[in-house]
Amino acid sequence: MKRIIATLALTTALIAPGLALARPVTLTVNLSQYGGQGAYLALYVTDPSGAYAGSLWMAGGKSKYYKHLSDWAKFTGGDVSQVDGITGASVGAGRNLELTMDLADALFDAGYTLHVDAAVEDMRDSPNEIAMPLTSEGAGQPVRGRRYIADLTYTF
Amino acid sequence: MIRLFHRWPALLATVLLLVLAVSGTILSVFPAVERTTAPAPVAGQTVADLAGKVIAAYPGVEQIRRAPSGKITAYWFDGNTPGAAVIDPATGLATGNADPSALQGWLTDLHRALFLQDLGRWITAAAALALLVVALTGAALIAQRQGGWSLWFSRMRGPTAGRWHGELARVAVVSLVLSSGTALWMTAATFELLPVDEASPALPAETSGLVGLAPGDMSALAAVPVTALRDLTFPYAGDTTDVFTLTTTAGMGYVDQGTGTLLAWQASGPWTRAGEWIYLMHTGEGAALWGLILGLLTLSIPALAITGIQVWLKGRKARLSLPGMVHAEHAETILLVASESGSTLGFARALGLALQEVGGSVHLAPLAAYAPDRYAAAKQVLVLAATWGNGDAPVAARGLDARLAATPPHPRAKMAILGFGDRSFPAFCAFAERLDHAARQAGWSMLLPLERIDRQSAQAFARWSRDLGQVIGYPLDILHQPEMPRSTPLRLVSRQDYGEALQAPTAILTFALPQVSLRDRLAGRGFSRFHAGDLLGILPVGSAIPRFYSLASGTADGFVEIVVKKQSGGLCSGQLMDLEPGQMVRAFIKPNPGFRPDRSKAPLLLIGAGTGIGPLAGFIRANRGKRPIHLWFGARHPQADFLYADALEGWSSQGHLASLNTAFSRTAARQHVQDRLRTDADRVRHLVGQGARIMVCGGRDMATGVRETLAEILAPLGLCPDQLRAGGRYAEDTY
Repeated sequence: MKRIIATLALTTALIAPGLALARPVTLTVNLSQYGGQGAYLALYVTDPSGAYAGSLWMAGGKSKYYKHLSDWAKFTGGDVSQVDGITGASVGAGRNLELTMDLADALFDAGYTLHVDAAVEDMRDSPNEIAMPLTSEGAGQPVRGRRYIADLTYTF
Repeated sequence: MIRLFHRWPALLATVLLLVLAVSGTILSVFPAVERTTAPAPVAGQTVADLAGKVIAAYPGVEQIRRAPSGKITAYWFDGNTPGAAVIDPATGLATGNADPSALQGWLTDLHRALFLQDLGRWITAAAALALLVVALTGAALIAQRQGGWSLWFSRMRGPTAGRWHGELARVAVVSLVLSSGTALWMTAATFELLPVDEASPALPAETSGLVGLAPGDMSALAAVPVTALRDLTFPYAGDTTDVFTLTTTAGMGYVDQGTGTLLAWQASGPWTRAGEWIYLMHTGEGAALWGLILGLLTLSIPALAITGIQVWLKGRKARLSLPGMVHAEHAETILLVASESGSTLGFARALGLALQEVGGSVHLAPLAAYAPDRYAAAKQVLVLAATWGNGDAPVAARGLDARLAATPPHPRAKMAILGFGDRSFPAFCAFAERLDHAARQAGWSMLLPLERIDRQSAQAFARWSRDLGQVIGYPLDILHQPEMPRSTPLRLVSRQDYGEALQAPTAILTFALPQVSLRDRLAGRGFSRFHAGDLLGILPVGSAIPRFYSLASGTADGFVEIVVKKQSGGLCSGQLMDLEPGQMVRAFIKPNPGFRPDRSKAPLLLIGAGTGIGPLAGFIRANRGKRPIHLWFGARHPQADFLYADALEGWSSQGHLASLNTAFSRTAARQHVQDRLRTDADRVRHLVGQGARIMVCGGRDMATGVRETLAEILAPLGLCPDQLRAGGRYAEDTY
């Protein structure tokens, strides 16, 4: 279990400037037993038009490997400053990652999509591992990843 | 100094390096296995052709990767099920499992990070740094030991553990420097301490917006051979703005999915290209044979660790201290030691203890602490100095000859210098000679002329101590036996007697091979493994000091043989000459690796006189490979002391001996072996011109005569024995 309180560290536009307009959201990512080294995960959000809106978390400390999170890398041009202060360790097979952060109310039920890109050494790159709309109904509903993520859940 | 930087990193990192070496060696096998099991590449195939075949077989393909080894892996989705396989490039079809081997993954994680992620990477990098330092300082120590970088590859001499350590290191040092250097580079790259110039072109702002062109028809993909491919990532199905991402050994670019043309391209920078080379050199991925060689050489690390620790422990035994010694200011005798291996120190301690026993006050110190102005009470300063390598001072005594020459001598005390060395080295006791010269230059008055002790001879030391005792007024007769080995009883089996007619009784004594303990056999020690030319130490009854005889046989012969001549008044030779078959003597083996034939096929010239024939006969007997061996043998009379006469005839007919050339001094010819060499000068020159090696065994005067004669004979070739000796082609064993 890895619990990260990211509230104070977050500086991106996704974080509400005042707590009145935000709610604490807990993201739980459970990895499957894929039988490899620790997975790099990029969690980020796109807006209703499909454009990159901002990053929530980067699991994995070495930016030279970020190119394998290829959708995130394309959206950001590999710009490491996008994940300044919101970077943690890679997540081992079968382990989980739990993040708590204050997210703006405006992100929910407004067509925003939460994406996860995943990559593991010597195994396939999995951009678009998960793409799930951010909605109030979706809270508490686990979503399966394509290759490495057993399930991802967000709860208020 | 270099030694400290060699020893401590090595000792501290040993356990870690053993883990890394063993895991690295096992890992080195994987690229070779992958290479032999991977599907054969298709000559001249382009990425377009490969991609076309793969997409035909797996319409949901997302990515094709080519490992440096040539293994091609495709990743696809079949509906929502992820698929992956190793692909046969000829068909585009799966031929094997794409999952990385669990064992390889486990070993890789152990090898690079000890399962400790980043912390572990730093620890292994520290070990790699230690290995690099140890390898470089080790190379410098070899240069020092050999007498300079130009002699780095010349033949090694010296005690077994140190020689093994050096020989192994010479073979492995380049690979160890490469392994550790590349490891450090890779760590630096991982932690982004090196400039990053990997190609990452900006995404094209616009694409053609078209879709549907088959990858097999794309010109940008048709321009790249599969051998240059690293990665091809396909666009998302139905996303008209997405592109093919193509990574090759040269760089990275994007390909339009509608037109098949290159939209953007960036070449990899020099750091990235260098990094790929470094990765290949370290892992052997993409160079399987190189990987195997590197892996094999890495196995030298455990062996180097074991021999290195042996060398260190031996040196540790010999620290400077003497129970009961006094300060330098109060001592009547100042005992200064310049010792490399510690055996010289053993003699110094024995001398110090003996002086204390007869009432003297002694201060023992390393020669580096030489400070005559401090020796207020000194009557004599005794310097015991070993010579190392090619006439060098021991490391701790470097430059002290110059200091001795430049320092004003003690106003009252006198000096004596005793040199220790090994006659099989080119510059026997050269450092002691330089010290002697320096002391005289500084104005010291000497108690005794310089004496030289060959191979820790206890007899020679005892003789010197008696001489010293006489001049300083103490009764001294020091029996110091360095590292007395355990002796074994040997039973005489047979003896052949010669020389009675000349009142010079000589005998070939053959002993049965004794039982060898399992421990000695495993360690290859004592009678479990010896060669002709090694020394047999014999402990005569009633004396603690062994006498050494050159062995005329090796273990393979199944017996222990020596040649003995009765010395007038000689204790040991007298006892041996009286020995009857069935009787026993106590003996041990002392290896003498400096006097052994090399393994080449070059002609071998053996030159000996009298009992010096012993080891030479042993070499000839062991010459089963029929190397051309030529023997020059000097004796007194063919009917009296022609040792091994019948055996030599037999070996000639069996092809063990190419020519036998004798010289007899008590016949009408009155020839010594030197004279016979002169007669055969043309032939000797011819053989030396062919690369022949020369080994000389006999009395010291005879060896000197032979050396001078050969110098004359070889002069027209522009060669001399000293030069041959430096090149490992001339060896002497004298007594």
